[in-house]
Amino acid sequence: MRDMSYDAVMSRKNEIMKKSVGVDYTKYEVEGIAFDYEEMMKDAGYTIDEIRKIQLETGVGNTPLVELKNINKLIKKISPKGKGARIFVKDEATNPSGSFKDRRASVSAYRAKIQGYKGVMAATSGNYGAAVASQASKRGLRSIIVQECFDSKGVGQPEILEKARACEAYGAEVVQLSVGPELFYYFLVLLEETGYFNASLYTPFGIAGVETLGYEIAEQSMNQFGKYPDAVVITHAGGGNLTGTARGLKKVGAVNTKIIGASVDLHGLHMASDNDFNKKSFTTGHTGFGIPFATFPDRSDVPRNAARPLRYMDEYVLVTQGEVFYITEMLANIEGMQRGPAGNTSLAAAFALAMEMDEDQIIVVNETEYTGAGKLPSAQLTFAKENGIEIKFGDPIKEDIPGKNIVLPDHPSKVGVIKYPLEKLRKSYIKELKKRYGKTEFSEKELKFIAEDLRISTEEVKKLIEEVL
Amino acid sequence: MIAKKGDWVQIYFIGLNPEQRASNLPEDTRRVPLEIRIKGFLLNDEAKIGDTVKIETPVGREVEGKLEEIYPEYKHNFGKPVIELLQVGKQLREMIEGDQE
Repeated sequence: MRDMSYDAVMSRKNEIMKKSVGVDYTKYEVEGIAFDYEEMMKDAGYTIDEIRKIQLETGVGNTPLVELKNINKLIKKISPKGKGARIFVKDEATNPSGSFKDRRASVSAYRAKIQGYKGVMAATSGNYGAAVASQASKRGLRSIIVQECFDSKGVGQPEILEKARACEAYGAEVVQLSVGPELFYYFLVLLEETGYFNASLYTPFGIAGVETLGYEIAEQSMNQFGKYPDAVVITHAGGGNLTGTARGLKKVGAVNTKIIGASVDLHGLHMASDNDFNKKSFTTGHTGFGIPFATFPDRSDVPRNAARPLRYMDEYVLVTQGEVFYITEMLANIEGMQRGPAGNTSLAAAFALAMEMDEDQIIVVNETEYTGAGKLPSAQLTFAKENGIEIKFGDPIKEDIPGKNIVLPDHPSKVGVIKYPLEKLRKSYIKELKKRYGKTEFSEKELKFIAEDLRISTEEVKKLIEEVL
Repeated sequence: MIAKKGDWVQIYFIGLNPEQRASNLPEDTRRVPLEIRIKGFLLNDEAKIGDTVKIETPVGREVEGKLEEIYPEYKHNFGKPVIELLQVGKQLREMIEGDQE
């Protein structure tokens, strides 16, 4: 009988992962913390053409790029003269399971199938579970979705419960856990037991699956208005959406398009806290993922994370919960598109940023997601009220306190962003290297790797190291 | 209520007791066990809520736990009308009224 204790299972992590992902990550190791990222993406990923073919087989992609005409009128009305960029949204809710996550899941399911796995597994409380279950079902594979779902009183957020329902509708086994990072432990236990494929969000093929999203945005933008977008705003959680979309844009040639990451500000709410769990109205797309995954990407469930947002991000902005609910209501009410709130994080940011940008500029919101019972602002605000959260009108940027209130802007001009300096993220990245690996000195090869990972020069890396360590 | 073999049920079991949990948890989480819920088809001939039972999950795994619900229902819903949200729509519509194409 194998030792199934927490420590024993965690210590078998690498062995379990190797079997369940089918990628030999040692091939890409260079020295110390350095590895060859582009080689891994080339070798273990797929070309854009290959991915498009895989996705076409299961009805993924080719989603419309929609101008938000009424929202754009509203923006013009409240912006200073000459300002007010036009917003277009990539309507990813039209994918089979209703989000861009189908792009990611499609490649994993394809890969699992050709490699002879009987099923796929993913640890997620978000749309990715539904996407994996849906793509698995299309490929004739079984699926298990492991979710962090309830607090210790057995109470679950409506949004997560809805996603569990969706996974079950696609035929998945849904394993629902109470709060805690040991979700990953149990995920390993099940991988070991079943021998299923780990449809991790962070493999090279998972990220390559999102490249078509950036590729399509660039192509559609060029066809519709003769230029690439001036900016693309991307909801940033684990980093895969941002990394994949940015890589796709660059592969087409949209190298000057500004890549803006946006997360919901949930500062002060601990991700592993049983008490805080139901005080969050956002289960993804928030700073609890956005910041740690940007500053230490290799915290993921594979040895080397292919989602490395700091390689691509030009700007990082935070929005508040109230703004996202407000924008979700706006999108439904004046634009006729009822879409899930988490995906509208980037739309809230785009709305604020458009007011600062020139009126001839184009800003693309890279995704929407499906919505329904549990995922609507009405469901989530009802739940928030029941959990003692105050809902009020005001100035969200000034008054927002995550876990205490949700502040809806009393006027659309109050939709704003908090600009989070990339410098701060880069400094945290260096600190994480010390914390995780005890590293304070780095070889030339390691410095070069850090420089690539942070998209700055090695000189700047040396300066940062001096400042931080 | 008695569940019969083949019924769709939910089971409950403890994955890790508090003392078996990861070491880096916040205090409130460390005090409680890691709990697990899974749905599947009942394998026992008969069982009532609270009995230890075996189920077969949709992927064909056999799992043991305490019978918690029989034909578990989705209880999440669209929520109550939120007066604040109703006002958002009203204000925005008034702002762009007559402007739509």
